Amino acid sequence: MGSVTDAFGAGPADRMSAGPPELCWFEECRKESVPLVGGKCSSLGELINAGVRVPPGFALTTEGYRRFMAETGMDRAVRSLLRDVDVADLDALERSSAQIRARIESQDFSTELEDGIAECYRKLGVRCCIPALPVAVRSSATTEDLPGASFAGQQDTFLWIRGVDDVLCHMRRCISSLYTGRAIAYRANRGFGEAQLAISVGVQKMANSFTAGVMFTLHPGNGDRSVIVIDSNFGFGESVVSGEVTPDHFVVNKITLDIIDRKISQKELCYTVDPVTQTSRAMEVPFERQRVQSLIDDEITELAWMGKQIEKHYGCPMDIEWAVDKDLPAGGNIFILQARPETVWSAKRQAAAAAGGGSAMDYILSGFLSGKKVG
Amino acid sequence: MKFPVPHDVKAKTIPGTEGWERMYPYQYQFVTDDPVRNQYEKETFWFYDGLHYPEPLYPFDTIWDEAWFLALSQYNNRIFMVPPVRGVDHRMINGYVYISPVPVKNPEEIGSRVPHFMERAGHYYKNWDALEAKWKVKMEATIRELEALQIPRLADMEDLSVVTDAIGESKGYHLLKNYDDLINLGIKCWQYHFEFLNLGYAAYVFFLDFAQKLFPSIPAQRVTQMISGIDVIMYQPDEELKKLAKKAIELGVDQAVSFSPEWTVVEAALKKLPKGIEWLTSLNLSREPWFQVSTGTGWFHHDRSWNDQMNVPLSGIQTYIEKIKQGVNIERPTEKVRAERDRITKEYRDLIEKDEDRKQFDELLGCAKTVFPYVENHLFYVEHWFHSVFWNKMRDVAAIMKEHGVIREIDDIWLLRRDEIKQALWDVVTAWATGVTPRGTQTWPKEIEWRKGVMQKFKEWNAPPAIGTAPEVIQEPFTIVLWGVTNKSLADWAAVQEVKDPDTITELKGFAGSPGVIEGLARVCRTVSEVGQLKQGEILVAPTTSPSWAPAFAKIGACITDVGGVMSHAAIVCREYGMPAVVGTGHATKIIRTGMKLRVDGSTGAVTIAR
Repeated sequence: MGSVTDAFGAGPADRMSAGPPELCWFEECRKESVPLVGGKCSSLGELINAGVRVPPGFALTTEGYRRFMAETGMDRAVRSLLRDVDVADLDALERSSAQIRARIESQDFSTELEDGIAECYRKLGVRCCIPALPVAVRSSATTEDLPGASFAGQQDTFLWIRGVDDVLCHMRRCISSLYTGRAIAYRANRGFGEAQLAISVGVQKMANSFTAGVMFTLHPGNGDRSVIVIDSNFGFGESVVSGEVTPDHFVVNKITLDIIDRKISQKELCYTVDPVTQTSRAMEVPFERQRVQSLIDDEITELAWMGKQIEKHYGCPMDIEWAVDKDLPAGGNIFILQARPETVWSAKRQAAAAAGGGSAMDYILSGFLSGKKVG
Repeated sequence: MKFPVPHDVKAKTIPGTEGWERMYPYQYQFVTDDPVRNQYEKETFWFYDGLHYPEPLYPFDTIWDEAWFLALSQYNNRIFMVPPVRGVDHRMINGYVYISPVPVKNPEEIGSRVPHFMERAGHYYKNWDALEAKWKVKMEATIRELEALQIPRLADMEDLSVVTDAIGESKGYHLLKNYDDLINLGIKCWQYHFEFLNLGYAAYVFFLDFAQKLFPSIPAQRVTQMISGIDVIMYQPDEELKKLAKKAIELGVDQAVSFSPEWTVVEAALKKLPKGIEWLTSLNLSREPWFQVSTGTGWFHHDRSWNDQMNVPLSGIQTYIEKIKQGVNIERPTEKVRAERDRITKEYRDLIEKDEDRKQFDELLGCAKTVFPYVENHLFYVEHWFHSVFWNKMRDVAAIMKEHGVIREIDDIWLLRRDEIKQALWDVVTAWATGVTPRGTQTWPKEIEWRKGVMQKFKEWNAPPAIGTAPEVIQEPFTIVLWGVTNKSLADWAAVQEVKDPDTITELKGFAGSPGVIEGLARVCRTVSEVGQLKQGEILVAPTTSPSWAPAFAKIGACITDVGGVMSHAAIVCREYGMPAVVGTGHATKIIRTGMKLRVDGSTGAVTIAR
């Protein structure tokens, strides 16, 4: 696989000729790249390499994070600030947290790293043919997104960030989000050493969502693996993920891809970009559109097909975030923003449905005896 | 769920039909003069068997209801000893049949039936193919016996051979005896009908049940798709039409065959052509037995066979000739259907996580595939071939009764119960023997006229889909798979009772019979004789369909029926042709009118009417 250099020309990113890179493109990542770029970015890289359409982007690696912390002396500063903190004393914890976060957020990256990020951001804009490309800046923790160890929600995501200065600023905010009071306490309580701690930060083209939402490649209600369930609303996926609206709900047969159930809800609110401030904000859906199906049937089918391919690639049921981009034509406008293994049903040990004995006769008898409930 | 009390429904007698009860067997009545029976009837859940009887039953046609009342029940309850299930009880209101599965309530009794069931049903499942081959022999022998059965006319003077051969029996006696034989053959045929059917349906029901346990959202049609593409003789009549269409083109007589919609005209024209005679010879080979297929379900005297109504198969042949000439492939896409069946089966199977579940799935699928041909094929033998011959034998009986003045028209016979016919025949033969006038010449015609009026009133009555008290659990396999009695259907039935104005309905719900979505114009065909009006791509709306409707499926874009489940004819054929079907909608033919714009979603079972 080509490096950043092969793919997009030599950039400042490759100042380090040996050792792991400080920056890398998503397409260079694989699912084995978790120690370097964290769960989120490695999974995006894995998806891209599996042929799934994902908005492009790059990551500050854990190596980049460590050098930033080491070269600026930030790691020593953090250690000393945390040394005497009693995690049970919430006030003290919050005070230390605030101090650490303020210092990280005001600390410049080294000039080389800053140049590297600026160059990657510029190239990303060129690839997408959009100047001052709006991006999502989000943390990608090495322990997050993995089944059974969910840190989800403990690090931040910043949407609709434009211009290199803002990108740099929000990357630092992502790093600092490692040090919220809650995160510090969580790690302390689980005996997770601060020295092992590392974070990667992903910078990804914002999907300009007309419609977005989530998709499970099993039925979250009953664990049925033969269906794909899609929840969608107009605008960005935030309204669906946060549960602020009742989204449209579709159940698609995974094997045949036909839509076997649909519930169209009244969607009063959606998130969309504010044209003046270029930020995401909630707005009311015009009344006449509130009961309109937010995805057309062809999109539902294509999305479900993508979900099926992703599940096949990973070999387990998946929890997926997706968006339909309004800037692009149909057939090439559905993007996968995130995909991770589904954790709830995968953890359950389910009883077999078969009758003891396993012959057809055994099952028919047990079926007769239990009957079919009605009423 | 609450449904009307049966006795309240019955008590509202339609004016002018008072005394209708005498048209049917007495044990079919809901009663008020027997407190124990009355209580049982009130506490029981009865549903209208609209699947088999879209219209009220004529008194004679009640024969098949009694035949399956006996046969289904005896196999469940006395032969195979299905542990928690006895038979299916029957009642009638205004000519409409209501049925109710009877459970075994005592857990000890259920337990004591288990080993017998395992031994008996196990024997059939284990030896299915060999026993089915025996069945075919028995069944064909029964049909041959029926075909050979003579309904003798009563001559003024018996033939001399009666004397010279010293026969010692008269035609009068033969008429009585052969009428009994005719009825007995019919009852016997229905004994065979159910020999395999209960177990066949059980295998299917519990395969479906298991699949739904593994995949709670799996549509029933996907389960039936896993057993599709198996050759069954139900398709043979239609295949014969295709063969004859090809043969007509090959012999260059296709224009003569397509010359007129009237069979007699076409036949006369063909007889004048040497190649035409060759084609007619091929036709005659196809006619026995394949043209014994009924134009209806075969359950009613008015369901005539193709042989009786040659215009119907002729129109099918003409459709295929036209298609072949347009270069359209008329073959069923069997290979495609099988490939899709195998893909779907494999993908579902691959999603099964536990080895023991996968083994159980394989076992049940194998069993369902084994029983499937019988579940389809018996229809041709019994409801089509046997019944078509039977109805015509009954017409022979009617001809004699007409000749002796106890009925006015052939079709009057259907207004009499079969035991009344026996009485009338006694009246006829004793009067004939004696040389006097049968008493019935004065009584039956009057009674028959009155009954005709009653039948007309019954047809206009709307039978409630369910009456009595809904149960908590249903164990009888037919109830689930054939009549589709589930939570959902009960709720739908309850909702239907509340619909006031059919002209405001914009959506109908039925069973998802065959997947796909299509929009198009409706064509309502109440009987097969109307399918000639179908235009390419229209959506067929029918009470139900049967094998003789097959040529219609070459033209339509989708199919909607009033009655039937996912194993009904329309659903099976649509899956084979890969077109959407919504079956068992209850009222489609009453609500939809020809020319309406419809959207048919065969994946969810929804029909939308654009108003």
